[in-house]
Amino acid sequence: MSAREEILRRIERVESARGARRATGDGDVAAAYARIDRRYLRRHHGGAGDGGILDLFAARVADYRATVLRVRVSEVPGTLAERLAAGSGSYGVPSGLPAEWTSATRAALVRDPPVSSLDGLAGAVTGCAVAIAETGTIVLDHGADQGPRALSLVPDRHLIVVLAERVVADVPEALERLDPRRPLTFVSGPSATSDIELTRVEGVHGPRALEVLLVE
Amino acid sequence: MTGRAAREDGPGRGAMPTYLGTPSFPDAARRAVSDARLRGNLAHATTTIRARRAEAVAELDDWAELREAGRQIKDHVLEHLGHYLRLLEEKVTGAGGTVHWARDAAEADRIVADLVKATGETEVVKVKSMATQEIGLNEFLAEEGITAYETDLAELIVQLGDDRPSHLLVPAVHRNRADIRDIFLRAMEDVPAGLTDSPAELAEAARRHLRAKFLSAKVAVSGVNFAVADTGTLVVVESEGNGRMCLTLPETLISVMGIEKIVPSRRDLEVFLQLLPRSSTAERMNPYTSMWTGVHPGDGPRNFHLVLLDNGRTATLADDVGRQALRCIRCSACLNVCPVYRRAGGHAYGSPYPGPIGAILSPQMRGVGSEVDASLPFASSLCGACYEVCPVAIDIPEVLVRLRARVVEDGPRRPLERVAMAAAGWTLRSPTRLALAQRAASSARRVVARGGRIRRLPGPLGAWTETRDAPAPPSESFRAWWARTGGREEDGG
Repeated sequence: MSAREEILRRIERVESARGARRATGDGDVAAAYARIDRRYLRRHHGGAGDGGILDLFAARVADYRATVLRVRVSEVPGTLAERLAAGSGSYGVPSGLPAEWTSATRAALVRDPPVSSLDGLAGAVTGCAVAIAETGTIVLDHGADQGPRALSLVPDRHLIVVLAERVVADVPEALERLDPRRPLTFVSGPSATSDIELTRVEGVHGPRALEVLLVE
Repeated sequence: MTGRAAREDGPGRGAMPTYLGTPSFPDAARRAVSDARLRGNLAHATTTIRARRAEAVAELDDWAELREAGRQIKDHVLEHLGHYLRLLEEKVTGAGGTVHWARDAAEADRIVADLVKATGETEVVKVKSMATQEIGLNEFLAEEGITAYETDLAELIVQLGDDRPSHLLVPAVHRNRADIRDIFLRAMEDVPAGLTDSPAELAEAARRHLRAKFLSAKVAVSGVNFAVADTGTLVVVESEGNGRMCLTLPETLISVMGIEKIVPSRRDLEVFLQLLPRSSTAERMNPYTSMWTGVHPGDGPRNFHLVLLDNGRTATLADDVGRQALRCIRCSACLNVCPVYRRAGGHAYGSPYPGPIGAILSPQMRGVGSEVDASLPFASSLCGACYEVCPVAIDIPEVLVRLRARVVEDGPRRPLERVAMAAAGWTLRSPTRLALAQRAASSARRVVARGGRIRRLPGPLGAWTETRDAPAPPSESFRAWWARTGGREEDGG
């Protein structure tokens, strides 16, 4: 008997010994699943279209000791140019990043850098799929404006442009917007650890600097 | 599968390292309690995290409802585990992954070793994983000529210190910053000159030490926090970015998960992504959570293997009371609030799963045949703090009492202790009886105790005190003290 059959048989044995009403089809399981009590809140702060959501998001991201800059659309190129000029070296950008965002940038940009070159870059600039105000989380689904997972992981600085319409109030709304068939990375502040005396220290293996441009 | 000692039709009991020479809990704990430095490190770390967890939880008005939903989702999965395992297998396979099944630790170890060998590699990078601790994977791989590099900071500290983990989340919680500096200076070949004990410098040293490994690794091994059955999506929750490195950069990824880690649907993550970070590191959200579904062309590993591990979980499932232990999401909140764990430390539990949750998991998964497993259900004052903080409402005291009865029936034969434990079990099952017994003992204290120790107990219990003093009952019982102070105290050590 294969391990698979054996394990499934052990489970069936437990189920029949418990005298549990055996689910005969997917319908029964689905009905039981639908009965799960979900009286928790869909969001903890703010109603629909509440501008307070953006304030909350900015504050919660800053709590993780990330840098948050609130800008208008027209200010994105200038602000980004300024931020990138503050470092030295070249920056990786995904080919789908809107070209106007980096139109004022003088720093060297590498479009779709190969993984082997990432360790030599000063940072990466990406967009995001969704952002969560309650937890100060930014979610990448690694679409065209975000690039593959390694791009925003290996370089030491990660600059993310977050459009206001991508910001949702809370975790449940964020998951509804995401496609689980894509790779997803939830980022809440810079890389950190609690492994020394259970106290948070920023800066381990992932980017040690997280800079967020919140575009309103 | 012809795994080393894989049983064809075993009872579903599991195996995991009973750390060699592990004495019963009382013996190990006595040694640990007399180690003032260990006690100081533990008290400092757990006191800090306890207060912060309480704040993080209080921030959400609907914590009780989230906790109830978490409990029900987990119970639902355990009730329909066969269905969800088949569904997960189908979805992972459909997304380009390969699913393997392992009855026990030996079989899982063999599967992973063979998969690594098939790549021609002799090194793997690892993300911290309780499942691979449980199956003793690193040790097995070493026997097979494969070197496993732990990349989580605390795991690295344990590995470099030739030590054992003592906490679910922070395996090196028994080490303070000065200890960690000493270990790095001694065992990290590329340690920066003049390394101090500042946490930022220690983290930087780990970053530099592991970077080349991440960039060159061809094979990674991980655990799994959640597996979404209806999409085949795997979830790993972490802080440092070492997880992202391992899940993204190598060509081959092998993930080992206990069969209970399933959630039915993506929607369920909205519950657990709120419950887990606040319970474990007291954060609104942990720095990084990675989700992947099979293989993503052009992004990340080209080969993905998922190993589904039983190793005593189906045996645990069989007990109506004990099966709730399988709801555990490994947050470690129960360790941080446990008055016994805080003093005894994680090593005394003699298994990869320390603390209150370990005291109910290990004896169920391994059985109560050994001294240490038979003693674990007694490694508790049943104060209930663990249940209060558990994000999936595991009634740990209830399971402990259940297991105490099982030890009395099936454990190692010690007639006198059986009688005493049966009496204790009777007393402990009822708060009223316990309170009465404690009050009686406190009165007796004035009569028999000399210098805080009872030299010899009367009657048949004298045999117990032949080899040890029994501590005199305190003037205030633990339950009364906990109720009065909530455990706030300055721990002298």
